[in-house]
Amino acid sequence: MRSIWRTLDSGLWRGVLAIAAAAAVNGASFGAIAVAAGNPLWVPVAMSVLVFAGGSQYLAVGVVASGGSPIAAVVGGLVLNARHLPFGLAVGDVVGKSWPARVLGSHLLIDESVAFAMAQKDPVRARAAYWACGASLFVAWNVGVLGGALAGSLVSDPNALGLDAVFPAVMLALVLPALKEAGKLRPALLGAAIALATTPFLPPGVPVLLALLGLVAVPRRTESAEVKGATA
Amino acid sequence: MTIVPILVLALGTFAFRFGGTLLRDRFTLPDRVRELLSTGAIVLLVALIATSTLAKGHAFAGWALPAGVAVGGLLAWRKAPFVVVVLAAAATTALLRLAGVA
Repeated sequence: MRSIWRTLDSGLWRGVLAIAAAAAVNGASFGAIAVAAGNPLWVPVAMSVLVFAGGSQYLAVGVVASGGSPIAAVVGGLVLNARHLPFGLAVGDVVGKSWPARVLGSHLLIDESVAFAMAQKDPVRARAAYWACGASLFVAWNVGVLGGALAGSLVSDPNALGLDAVFPAVMLALVLPALKEAGKLRPALLGAAIALATTPFLPPGVPVLLALLGLVAVPRRTESAEVKGATA
Repeated sequence: MTIVPILVLALGTFAFRFGGTLLRDRFTLPDRVRELLSTGAIVLLVALIATSTLAKGHAFAGWALPAGVAVGGLLAWRKAPFVVVVLAAAATTALLRLAGVA
């Protein structure tokens, strides 16, 4: 843990803490909404500790609150969270080798921790960024949820504060450098177009998974591989 | 909501996360596949950005949200510090909504 402190520069820590602050307010909103929908206090709290995936938590509570079945809520949440499988494949070596590290590290796998890890140049910094972001957001999210559930409608509408702009803006900031790498921009743009085009018709989560079809736009071979192949 | 759906959602979500990291460790992947996996993650992240910027549920999110994200993105592209990106994005969206822009 001490090495994580030393590895990350202060700019990165400030970034992590800024997102954590936004996550705490967002969590407070989730806690308040869940309690307002008639759930006892322990429901949003247990959900946030055990599921730790905000989008699916909002979805599940919303489905049940609007009269849907718990099965529909769970299925919807799982579809939304299915992207964590390819994310795990992509950052698996960052999480750690030992079993405790892998179990805990897997639980901290969220969009933000993946994006923070992938934005780093070397594996040591990637690991530090992953854990710093995942752990900070876990604490902030859960403290926020508990506070919101206790305080009721203290932050009833985080959108009035523009907090819904924080998640995409932060992710964009993290992803921008990677998009400059060879062969990344075209599949990303094609994937985003597919996701946007299908969003009006499909259940939440499915359009983002369909974006993986954008991988057809990956060049068959990177240019350096071709050069190597030519000289071999 | 009772404890059972919460546990099922939690276990299923953990299975996705853990399954991905475990599979990654079980096989030594060729460079080409590793490259494809990291491109796949970027594709998913960009799709998340696009949908969470432009859509709320099945409908268009309105102009205030994409405007805030655009301001944040522009600042990030100009290498502004993270905190500035976060605050500028939220402030732009909040002020536009305050001014009556959806």
